[in-house]
Amino acid sequence: MKIDLTSLTLASAADRLRRREISAAELTEACLERIAETEPKLHAFLTVNVDEARRQAAAADERLRHGEPASTLDGIPLALKDVFVTRGVRTTAASRILEGFVPPYDGTAVARLRRAGAVFVGKTNCDEFAMGSSTENSAFGPSHNPWDLERVPGGSSGGSAVAVAASQCLGALGTDTGGSIRLPASFCGIVGLKPTYGRVSRYGIVAYASSLDQVGPFAHDVRDAAILLEAIAGHDPMDSTSAPTPVPRYQSALGGDIGRIRLGVPREYFQEGMQPDVDSCVREAIAALESLGATVETISLPHAAYAIATYYLIATAEASSNLARYDGIRYGRRATSAKSLIDTYRRSREEGFGTEVKRRIMLGTYALSAGYYEAYYGKAQKVRTLIRRDFEQAFERCDLLVAPTAPTTAFRLGEKLGDPLTMYLSDVLTISVNLAGLPGVSIPCGVDANGLPIGLQLIGRPFGEETLLRVAYAYEQSTDWHGRRPGPIPVGEGPAAREAAR
Amino acid sequence: MSFEPVIGLEVHAQLLTRSKLFCACSAEFGAPPNSHTCPVCMAFPGVLPVTNRQAVEFAIRAGLATASRIAPTSRWARKNYFYPDLPKAYQISMYEAPICIGGAVRFVLDGEEKRVRLTRIHLEEDAGKNIHDAHADASLVDLNRAGVPLVEIVSEPDIRSPAEAAAYLRELRSILQYLEVCDGNMEEGSFRCDANISVRPVGSTTLGTRAEVKNMNSFRAVERALEHEIARQIELVSGGGQVVQETRLWDAEREQTRSMRSKEFAHDYRYFPEPDLPPLVVGEDWVEDVRRRLPELPAPRRARFEHDLGLPAYDAEVLTARRDVADYYEAALARHRNPKAISNWVMESVLRIVREQKLDERLRITAWPVAPENLAALVALIDEGTISGKIAKTVFEDMVASGKPPAAIVAERGLVQVTDRAAIDGAVERVLAAHPDKVAAYREGKDKLFGFFVGQVMKATDGKANPKQVNELLQKRLRE
Repeated sequence: MKIDLTSLTLASAADRLRRREISAAELTEACLERIAETEPKLHAFLTVNVDEARRQAAAADERLRHGEPASTLDGIPLALKDVFVTRGVRTTAASRILEGFVPPYDGTAVARLRRAGAVFVGKTNCDEFAMGSSTENSAFGPSHNPWDLERVPGGSSGGSAVAVAASQCLGALGTDTGGSIRLPASFCGIVGLKPTYGRVSRYGIVAYASSLDQVGPFAHDVRDAAILLEAIAGHDPMDSTSAPTPVPRYQSALGGDIGRIRLGVPREYFQEGMQPDVDSCVREAIAALESLGATVETISLPHAAYAIATYYLIATAEASSNLARYDGIRYGRRATSAKSLIDTYRRSREEGFGTEVKRRIMLGTYALSAGYYEAYYGKAQKVRTLIRRDFEQAFERCDLLVAPTAPTTAFRLGEKLGDPLTMYLSDVLTISVNLAGLPGVSIPCGVDANGLPIGLQLIGRPFGEETLLRVAYAYEQSTDWHGRRPGPIPVGEGPAAREAAR
Repeated sequence: MSFEPVIGLEVHAQLLTRSKLFCACSAEFGAPPNSHTCPVCMAFPGVLPVTNRQAVEFAIRAGLATASRIAPTSRWARKNYFYPDLPKAYQISMYEAPICIGGAVRFVLDGEEKRVRLTRIHLEEDAGKNIHDAHADASLVDLNRAGVPLVEIVSEPDIRSPAEAAAYLRELRSILQYLEVCDGNMEEGSFRCDANISVRPVGSTTLGTRAEVKNMNSFRAVERALEHEIARQIELVSGGGQVVQETRLWDAEREQTRSMRSKEFAHDYRYFPEPDLPPLVVGEDWVEDVRRRLPELPAPRRARFEHDLGLPAYDAEVLTARRDVADYYEAALARHRNPKAISNWVMESVLRIVREQKLDERLRITAWPVAPENLAALVALIDEGTISGKIAKTVFEDMVASGKPPAAIVAERGLVQVTDRAAIDGAVERVLAAHPDKVAAYREGKDKLFGFFVGQVMKATDGKANPKQVNELLQKRLRE
């Protein structure tokens, strides 16, 4: 019987490729076919790279034929969030201002995957410049949650999460600045890992907030996430904030005993307003971990309530500066009607940036302005230190923190679009992790009454990815929430196609 | 009421690193437009800066040479503003935590020892260049200079006259050139200066409102611009007016400063710590290593030339202004120890050719008109009496032209000085015999004719007669 190749995990596909039971070309064609079939409904991709993917797959098959695979990832179809700079392939960050921009270089994570033999099927949709929690801020229309097409996939890396959840590829990369990997992973029922700040090079990702951005993988299960992390992690001379800490063999960390693990449950992360099925599923998951031998203790992160405010000062301040380079002069879109230099700047940016991006640029500019700096940006940095200290204190007693990834499951498209503050609260449980620079992972731990996935978040010590993955893997092995795929996506005209037509 | 000016200077010195401050592009001046660029210095999406270690070391060198304190931890900051020559729309600089703190530059002005304190020295990247006159309806941007490392050296308002400002700048430039961290070329803009100026009644200790003057492209321009700006402010204040805090541009052609932007339009640069770079940590070992490798600086060398070699202050100043000239002088001196004679030859002859042939346009003179050992040999020939000083001038020109050592030229051209007393006396006798009327006139008191006789004797001996002997024998014969 012919198996559906797109349903394979990355690890099992890699095994079959090495054993030459399947070819990279077959696997890639299956993904491209799946993409062609489902994209009208999902809109996970901004660019599908048919020709390049076929070339890469052919090259991989050549190596595999000679028994010389470049790595575990040789011949594996992957997707990249459109903030990853890719040589010769359009990179827009889902913004009009970068419409048609074709970069002259590869970022480090992309280059590492390329050297590892990965096949890039395309660039995925996201919130413009990674600013958002639903992928609705994309200048090119939203992506749709494969579990319910009327719902958002989460954001900002929504397209990558959708592509993996809907079996359009075997794994994907995203970026996480305040929850942008973990939230969509939770909403789409897959594994999303945000590594420690500095674990993966940021060279060649379109910067949103430099002190918070981090690259990480989406995968069907923890093993696949470990494989992807191992391929992209490590010091990069091109990123001075990347850590020289050696990269462990993350796959070897899987399967160990978690009997001595001390889990901390942050009191502040189980607050009013949380969807009841989320609360109950996460508590069940904690009980499951306890039954595996872990000890569980309630702890406190006293400054958790300030995380959102702190984040929206620091992230927007950095963004206001990072996005100043988009002036229409050297690349991207330039307003054609401009009469003077200042006019070129104003109109190019007016026409090129979406509402949320403008909102954040203005917020950040204000936070850094003379007379306000100390009260806003300066104060936020102090609170950031307090938030980091909260975690340090928690990790004196615990090895890992466990919490929901998001207070709710996927919400409806348009539901929060008119109310930025409500939208910002989607990240209330993920944002502190970025402020503290810690690793965090979201893994599936159940579904709500509507059958929508719920994510369990594990938070580790700095560079504690091994422990994080080990515990996530142990949980995954003891339950069967992972690897579940959404039902068939109806073929034909979907909401995404309708939006695209508009 | 009389007023005194209070001046502080900000110097931007381009560092002589091979590559730019945050990428591997060449930092060399003069390449075709935009040929020294890459995604990093063009600020493409996704790029990140990586600090050039050599630039940091150059800043440490500058700091140690000016007695600054080297900060164990300094911090990069972003200075945000929009301009086409600034691709990121922010300049990576240092703000709250510069790499060098305090220090001073000491120098001598009209025989008086001066000391100007430094506030700080920090590293930052240069911007590119906008070219407005190459195209009819567009400005062009050349980003070769974007990202070239600079140090900004900020002085305290310790300067009290335009002449003092110029002397400070000369000394500072000389120090940076000695350190080989900056070529000091003001026309090419590798050594630039802005001035903050205010005036106040003599005796007052508070500072007046200052104006910043920019666009001074030579030492002379600095002096002229400051003189002008001081006069303008004094006139304004004397007439009951007030100085406005603003930036003014020096217009060298019209010899005036004019307002560029006032305080209300001053940029809000929204400085904040650069999140793409960790704090810059400079260990004690590194500082000590740099300190050990510092060259002798201009001021101590000047003092040594004056006190140990007995040179006049003027000679010491000229010879030590450039490290390569001082090195050249000492190399010649090592071969023949006549400090003053060699000093004269270096200042009058060697440096004249250097200037004529524009050999001093680069930081280091690599090709000297004559090798220092040959110059030493030439002076030795004079001191031994082999040739006269006058003949030596001819020999020198020949050395420049042919590159030969002086002894070879003297031998080839038969320029050895005639010291044969009988031969010189014979020439003297012939000259006097040929001009009986002049001899008579001399003896009647026309002393000035003595020079005429010397000239005639030298002519008769092809200039080779020992001048001292000529004098002596002429006097003897004329007394007879």
